[in-house]
Amino acid sequence: MDVLLLAEQGLNGLQLGVMLFLMAAGLTLVFGIMDLINLAHGSFYMVGAYLTAALVPVLGGFLPALVVAVLLTALLGLVVEAVALRTLYRRDHLDQVLATFGLILFFNELIRILFGPVPIFLNPPAALAGTVNLWGLTYPAFRLAILGTGLAVAVGLWLLIARTRVGMLIRAGATNREMVMALGVDVRLLFGLVFALGCGLAGLAGAMAGPVLAVQVGMGEQILILTFVVIVIGGIGSIRGAFAGALLVGVVDTLGRALLPASFRLVMDAASANAAGAAAASMAIYILMALVLAVRPKGLFPVG
Amino acid sequence: MIRARLIAPLLSAALALAAVPALAAEPLRIGLITTLSGPGAVIGADIRDGFALAVEQAGGKLGGLDTQVIEADDQQKPDVAVSLAARMTEKERVPFVTGIIWSNLALAMMPTLSGGNVFLISPNAGTSALAGAQCSPYFFNVSWPVDSIGEAAGAAAQAQGVKRVYALAPNYPSGKDVVTGFKRAFKGEMAGEVYTPFGQLDYAAEIAQVKAAKPDGVFIFYPGGMGINFLKQYDQAGLLGQIPLTGPGFSFDQDILPAIGDAALGIKGPLQWSPDLDNAANRAFVASFRAKFGRIPSYYAAQSYDSARLIGGAVAAVGGDLADKDKLRTALRAAPFESVRGAFRFNSNHYPIQNYYQREVVREESGMLTNRIIGTIFTDHGDVYAKDCPMK
Repeated sequence: MDVLLLAEQGLNGLQLGVMLFLMAAGLTLVFGIMDLINLAHGSFYMVGAYLTAALVPVLGGFLPALVVAVLLTALLGLVVEAVALRTLYRRDHLDQVLATFGLILFFNELIRILFGPVPIFLNPPAALAGTVNLWGLTYPAFRLAILGTGLAVAVGLWLLIARTRVGMLIRAGATNREMVMALGVDVRLLFGLVFALGCGLAGLAGAMAGPVLAVQVGMGEQILILTFVVIVIGGIGSIRGAFAGALLVGVVDTLGRALLPASFRLVMDAASANAAGAAAASMAIYILMALVLAVRPKGLFPVG
Repeated sequence: MIRARLIAPLLSAALALAAVPALAAEPLRIGLITTLSGPGAVIGADIRDGFALAVEQAGGKLGGLDTQVIEADDQQKPDVAVSLAARMTEKERVPFVTGIIWSNLALAMMPTLSGGNVFLISPNAGTSALAGAQCSPYFFNVSWPVDSIGEAAGAAAQAQGVKRVYALAPNYPSGKDVVTGFKRAFKGEMAGEVYTPFGQLDYAAEIAQVKAAKPDGVFIFYPGGMGINFLKQYDQAGLLGQIPLTGPGFSFDQDILPAIGDAALGIKGPLQWSPDLDNAANRAFVASFRAKFGRIPSYYAAQSYDSARLIGGAVAAVGGDLADKDKLRTALRAAPFESVRGAFRFNSNHYPIQNYYQREVVREESGMLTNRIIGTIFTDHGDVYAKDCPMK
């Protein structure tokens, strides 16, 4: 395997990681600060993708559609938080799992009623539809855009959390919620905002993933499992952990699929190498998770 | 006290429901077990609509009997399918079950159904496992053994003079069946053969490997959402114009074309049917399906329509006598119906002997993407498994 191919696979891994980070950031925020297990996080990802696809023909461009879709998804999150989730904070995690699983079914059916069961069309904007030449490496332009967006979001979140007053409250809330309440902070408002932010990020992930993946009912559940792996590896509640975990999962998954079958072929015949390589590659991230948890039971960057 | 208030109405409703079936006369009851929720629901909708259209065109009487279709959602889960098969066999006591899409579900249901003397008329699920030594007197397949489609694609690649092919498929039985079929007919070199986890989202790593291997052609078998993911990403990597893509025709059918868009134009894949196939039965089917449902029928709808007409033909042939299973089986084996794919008969293993056509994705005048036949690959083609089947 030559250097160029290895570089391309590394880039693929980073890009997948960054996409997972967009999902994981919102989920880990909600989990860490509100102590709420939100299985319906994937539904907001789906809503973001569907809204973007529906708005592109109306607003005449990918970027405006994306911005409006992300804002609408955040708004939807605010409504769902007020209507359905507010009563669940004091209940135990199993009740939250049940209720948010119900939300998954609700949103899947709602989308099916509104858009029909057939997957819908969403392509990258014309300017990003082609490939870019990076020092001899042809790479899809839209994947670079995902990489850039993800890194920008990471920096933005870091600024928000490390440098602003809201961020200070978020950090405090993640560490010791009772103390923050005791100090007179309007926790209800804070929670609503955090949940809306998380949903907006999920919507952004959906809007950016839509042109690369199938926009269909149930798309959120497919990516949710990977997202949970990411936040468990990173440490629940930690944005830094989500970033590190996402990149780690992206790179390990991609390089595993790229390198394992080839390296198995060195020691066994092609057919069994293909089978064993495929099996090992699909296990790679779970093995990574087990290893991380064995060494650091609370994840890479534990909170509190 | 919510619970106490609910019990009385629930009980009376249950009693009312229990009283109904006993009153009905002897109609033809058919269990339609298909996928009506989750991502597979796109296919289930076409299976249901194709079947309903055939029943409606028969005036609600398949084979002259009042027809009741009992729909059930298998959720694409084998355990659910098995319990539905038990319900159809023991509670509903239907003579026929149809609608099934997925091979693993069909395999799981067969022991229950054949144990209850219920025929499974499979509109799609066509695993090689039920075509050879384990063929069943209660299983009829109206599609193909799935590797025959791979075989047709291999023969087409061979005829085009393609030298090196890179194959990708999901890591599950049908994925391997299809690639095996492809290699049976394709005599050139395999530049690579990759099996990805079922339901994989991102194919960037695999696409980079394909690019590095520089094959003449890429063969993919990615049904449903996986196909959309792969094709979009293959297109965005700029490979669509460079390395021709082929695969079974069902990877590029009506259920996913709208989501892929123009990138799919010109892709070729073989299948036994196409909306533009020119025969009277097909012209009537496509026109009335489009008029009734406002969309182009997928091959799933066509196969389900054929399943209904096969049942209707067989029931008519035995004069509505559903009790004698041997007579009914003989009638089914004769395939007494006019298939929308033209010539159709059953092999000794109850799988079709039929033509396979090369199809190409085109844009029709209405602006919708669809497939068009550009040639015939196999004529009256059976499968390699029939010789192992003890049924003669």
